[in-house]
Formats: sequence, structure tokens, C-alpha cells
Amino acid sequence: MQPTAKALLALTCMTLSSVSLGAQTLTIATVNNSDMIRMQKLSKTFETEHPDIKLNWVVLEENVLRQRLTTDIATQGGQFDVLTIGMYEAALWGAKGWLEPMKDLPASYALDDVFPSVREGLSVKGSLYALPFYAESSITYYRTDLFKDAGLTMPERPTWEQIAGFAEKLTNKDKEQYGICLRGKAGWGENMALITTVANAYGARWFDEQWKPEFSGAEWKNALNFYVDTMKKSGPPGASSNGFNENLALFNSGKCAIWVDASVAGSFVTDKTQSKVADHVRFTYAPHQVTDKGSAWLYSWALAIPTSSKAKDAAKEFSAWATSKEYGELVAKTDGIANVPPGTRASTYSDAYMSAAPFAKVTLESLKAADPSKPTLKPVPYIGIQLVTIPEFQGIGTQVGKLFSAALIGQTTVDQALTAAQQTTEREMKRAGYPK
Amino acid sequence: MTLQQSRRLQSLLLGTLAWAIAIIIFFPIFWMVLTSFKTEIDAFATPPQLFFTPTLENYLHINERSDYFSFAWNSVVISFSATALCLLIAVPAAYSMAFYETQRTNGTLLWMLSTKMLPPVGVLMPIYLLAKSFGLLDTRIALIVIYTLINLPIVVWMVYTYFKDIPKDILEAARLDGATLAQEMLRVLLPIAKGGLASTVLLSLILCWNEAFWSLNLTSSKAAPLTALIASYSSPEGLFWAKLSAVSTLACAPILIFGWISQKQLVRGLSFGAVK
Repeated sequence: MQPTAKALLALTCMTLSSVSLGAQTLTIATVNNSDMIRMQKLSKTFETEHPDIKLNWVVLEENVLRQRLTTDIATQGGQFDVLTIGMYEAALWGAKGWLEPMKDLPASYALDDVFPSVREGLSVKGSLYALPFYAESSITYYRTDLFKDAGLTMPERPTWEQIAGFAEKLTNKDKEQYGICLRGKAGWGENMALITTVANAYGARWFDEQWKPEFSGAEWKNALNFYVDTMKKSGPPGASSNGFNENLALFNSGKCAIWVDASVAGSFVTDKTQSKVADHVRFTYAPHQVTDKGSAWLYSWALAIPTSSKAKDAAKEFSAWATSKEYGELVAKTDGIANVPPGTRASTYSDAYMSAAPFAKVTLESLKAADPSKPTLKPVPYIGIQLVTIPEFQGIGTQVGKLFSAALIGQTTVDQALTAAQQTTEREMKRAGYPK
Repeated sequence: MTLQQSRRLQSLLLGTLAWAIAIIIFFPIFWMVLTSFKTEIDAFATPPQLFFTPTLENYLHINERSDYFSFAWNSVVISFSATALCLLIAVPAAYSMAFYETQRTNGTLLWMLSTKMLPPVGVLMPIYLLAKSFGLLDTRIALIVIYTLINLPIVVWMVYTYFKDIPKDILEAARLDGATLAQEMLRVLLPIAKGGLASTVLLSLILCWNEAFWSLNLTSSKAAPLTALIASYSSPEGLFWAKLSAVSTLACAPILIFGWISQKQLVRGLSFGAVK
């Protein structure tokens, strides 16, 4: 072989080996919502800044993602390097040792800037297992034009009874105008998220200190009777099929006077390209009743790294970048300050942000007040406001959600639904070995 | 009413009924295509809007966000490979069962079909672990093997039915003329069963193209087909119907066009059998 050819071959080998050693590909599993899609779009900046890291995106619907990630992480499949998970998964998977602890973050990350309630929700025994991308609470949306026409005024902190009174007055079923829209679709993350906050406000709790279900108590009976009666009097038809999206569509098309749901809807209902009532929407706190403890939920989408990842350092670098203050600044620059991922950092809530996002103040105060470790009036053995952070909750929550959905459409009475919920939950908890 | 008038009325009624059924079956596809040209607010409007200002923004959004052709190519490779592999196994199997029937043939056929009754989720974990052990997660090979296995019972049944319609005498005549087994299969049997095989191929392609459970569970980015792309446009928080309709239209289009082109073979194969 000629010396020139040898030199060329050696150079090619060196280049190839350096490329294969240096270049890393991260597979990121995420959900399909506007904030995550924006992150995918802006991640080109990260790739430019880190030419040695290539990003592969897997975008899935929330329930599919949850099932997919559970299968992968439980079998240590190692298909993903960065996972988008909620507080429920962070706590359970972190405790099982399936997630890498988020240690040794750079000082510039400013972990202290992240709200303590969000940080704690993503930690197990003091170790942080996921970096929060955005967080949400539940708030009340209402139509100022309808309130004005009816001569009504929404208090800053309404009770559920007040809300029901307003809803009744604002209902005109002949004109397809409904006083209130609430979730009715069965599921632990659907109707049970909302109903659990109503129950918390009425002083109820899922379990007592010995993990005994409390559906037979007066608090649950009052809460569920209130929910069913109000929805029957002032809710839209077919409410048992309505989740977040269906209620959003009803509210945006001007058919609901009041809607209590996730604070993330703030940007949707005020967006004139999506909402016919964008100019007539105001926001206030989620209703309380006998207590304000647990009356507004707390949820966060966060980025975590499975222990099965083969590119942990690169994955941590990306997760820190996507949840950093700098990323927020990048979003503000490219997409407007109102689109900065909400609810995770105190620094997000600047004067400019507060004036650009009219729902920001209520969301911020609700997030600050939320305490998943003390979610109810009476003490509980679990963590979580609208959910109970135990592996069995997904199954139990969905079963109970179906029973309550049946009560909403009149298939069963409230008493029958509560009795069945008590029996189902007792049976499942006993099977799972509680109290532990 | 004369007999002729009665027949004309009967024909008219049958024609109307056929059109009504066709419209009912086609309506969801029509509505999906229509919704893909709406804005999200129009897509959610109540009552539903038939007349609106059309927009291409959903298609532009998909083009910006996703690499459609990469997903489509995966769908093409996986569907055609699985169908080819399926036929390669099914034709000899159906041949032996149709022309060399034993006491156990019917039982074997029923047993094969009974495997379709097992819910896929029941075998998710073992299959996932096998795929992981063989390093086949997020590869086209994993889906090709799975699709071949899950479609094999139906393909064997269909090919067996078409082969059963072919008189054995034709094959015997070929043998008397000195044809080898390969010649008998390739020059006599397959040309006669062409229509039936074409409809079997098309059905297998459609089943592979539309399969979502395994593609969502065994692939992530490199081998993900169009069903995974559709799933990525569904969302529990936010309005997405118009975008989902647009991506579904794009995912259905290739197989619809393919079906349209080969409908002559499909109808012949399905309605007349191989040599009827």
C-alpha cells in the first residue's frame, strides 16, 4: 500500500472512531402537549450548543406514554434516555430505584428557584428524581359577560355552594348554556382528580391513618351528593363522557359559564384562535368548602433519567437545559413570555410574565398553597392531593371513577356508588397487603 | 304491478340500500378528511360544521414537526416484508392441508385460528422480554416477525379456502405430464389461485398497516411506523382533532390508494373464489 493511501486509511479510521466515541444519541419520550412540542422545536438550540449529542423524539399520548414507559422501565428495556413523567411516577419509580437521582446539578441551575412543593413532589426521602418542566394546579374559569348580565359577582375565593348557586342562575338549557362544566369521564386522572379535590374541600379523605377507606363517611356523601346534584341541575348533557378536552371545547364555544379544571387551560381559553369567549374569561381560585386544604390539585410534568439509560450524563445535561431558567428565557424570546413553562420557578413570575398571562397570579398562589404531604383536613398516611401515591391507586382510582360516573348518569344512586366504592377499595387494599 | 315493475322496484330498493350502507361506511373517512382542513376551533364546533374556510395549517404543522416519510417507509417495509414472509409459510402449509388432508387437518386449522382469540396484551411482557433479550426492541425485524405470526392463521385459512376450490385432477394432470412439485406449484397452482392470493396479500397488508398495539409497544423512534405517528398527535390536554385528522389522512392515504388500484383483484378474489 502506498504511504499516502496508508495515511488516508489511518485518518479515516481515527475520524470514524472519534465520531463513534464522541457522538451520543438521546431518545426522549414525551407527551403531546403544546409545551412539550415547543421544547422539541427549541431543542435544536441544544443540539447546536452540544454537537456531540443527537436527540431522538418519541411523542405519545399521555396514557400510551404511561403504559409504554412502565413496561420499559419495569423490564429495564433501556429504550429511552429521558422520560417525561408526572409526580405519581417520580415518587413510585424513584423509591424502586428505577430512576437516577438528580444530583450534582450545576450551580447555574439554581435548584432553590424551583418551588419547594414541586421539588418535594418529585423527591423520595430527600432525593430529587426528576427535574420539573412545568407544573399546574386547578383553578376556576368563569365568564364575566354572563356574570355581569345576571348581576352576579364572583368572590376571590368562592365556596362550592356559591359556585353551585351561580351555576343554577346562569343555566339556560334551551339556549344550550350550562352553568357549570366539570369532569365526568371515568378515570383516576379524569373525574377522580376533580372529585377528590371536591371531597378534600368537604373534609373527606381517601384513607384514614390505618389505610382504611372512608367512602362510608358523611364527608364523602356530602361531596358526592353535591357533585351529582349540581351537575344534574346545571351541567351539560352527557357529562359522564366529558374530560378536560370536552369541557375545554364546551367552554371555548361559549356553552359553559363556570369551569373548574387544570390551570394549563388558562392559555387555551384566552387564545382567540381557539376560544370564542377569550375576551370574557376571568380566573379565580378553585372552590373550597369546609376547608381549603386539598381544594386545588398539584401536578407536574418532569424529566427523569432511567437507570437503564446508556447515556446518563448527556441525559442529565439535556434535562437540566430543558428545565433551566435559560430555557425559559429562550421561550420568552422566540414564542413570547406568556408561553414560558409555568409553575416551576419563582423567577418565571416576573412583572412582565404576570401582565402577559392573566391567569398567572391565581396559578402561582394555588401552587404555593398546595401541599401534597398534608392534602386533607384530617391526617392521612399518603402523599398526593388529587391522587394517592401508591402503586394500587391507578386501578382503584379508575374503578371508583366508574362507580361515580354511573351515579352521575343516574345508573346508581350516590349511596350505592359510595357503598360499592368502599367495598372495592377495601378488597383491593386488603389484596395489596395494607396496612403495611 | 307487473312482474317487470316489481323487479325494477326491488332493484331500486336494493340499490338505495347499498348506497345508504356505502355512505354510512364511508362517512367517518369523509369526515376525517374534511376535519383535516379545519382549524381546531372549527373541528370542535357544535353543531358540527360542513361548510367552513379550509386551511392547510394542520398539514404544514405535521410537516414541520414530524418526519412523515421516515414513518411511512417503516410502514411500507414492515407491511410488505411481513406479508411476503407470511405467504412463504402459508402457501406450503395450505397446499399440504388442502391437497393431502388428514384426520387432523380441520383440528389444526381451528387451533391456528383460535390463537387469534388471545388478547395481545396477555403476551406483552414475554414478547417484550424476548425482543429485549434478542436486541430487537425498536427494530423493523421485531415487527416483521410479530406481524407474520399474528396474521399467519388468517392467511393460511384464506389460501387453504382458495386451494380447496381447485380440483385435484388439474394437479394430477400436471404430475402425469412430468411436472415437479415446484413446477406444479409455480406453473399450475399459483396462476389459478392468483385472484385469491391477491386478495389475501391485500388483506394481510391492511392488517399489518393498521396494527397499533405492537408497533406502539415495541418501537420508539427508528422503526416506528405510521400508527405510532398517529398516536403522537392525540392529547388529553389541548385541542387536537384537526391535526389528528390530518395525520390520520396522511397515514391512510397510501394503503387506500393501493387498495383502490388493486380493487379489481380484491373483488374477484373475495366474491368469486379462485376458480368459481
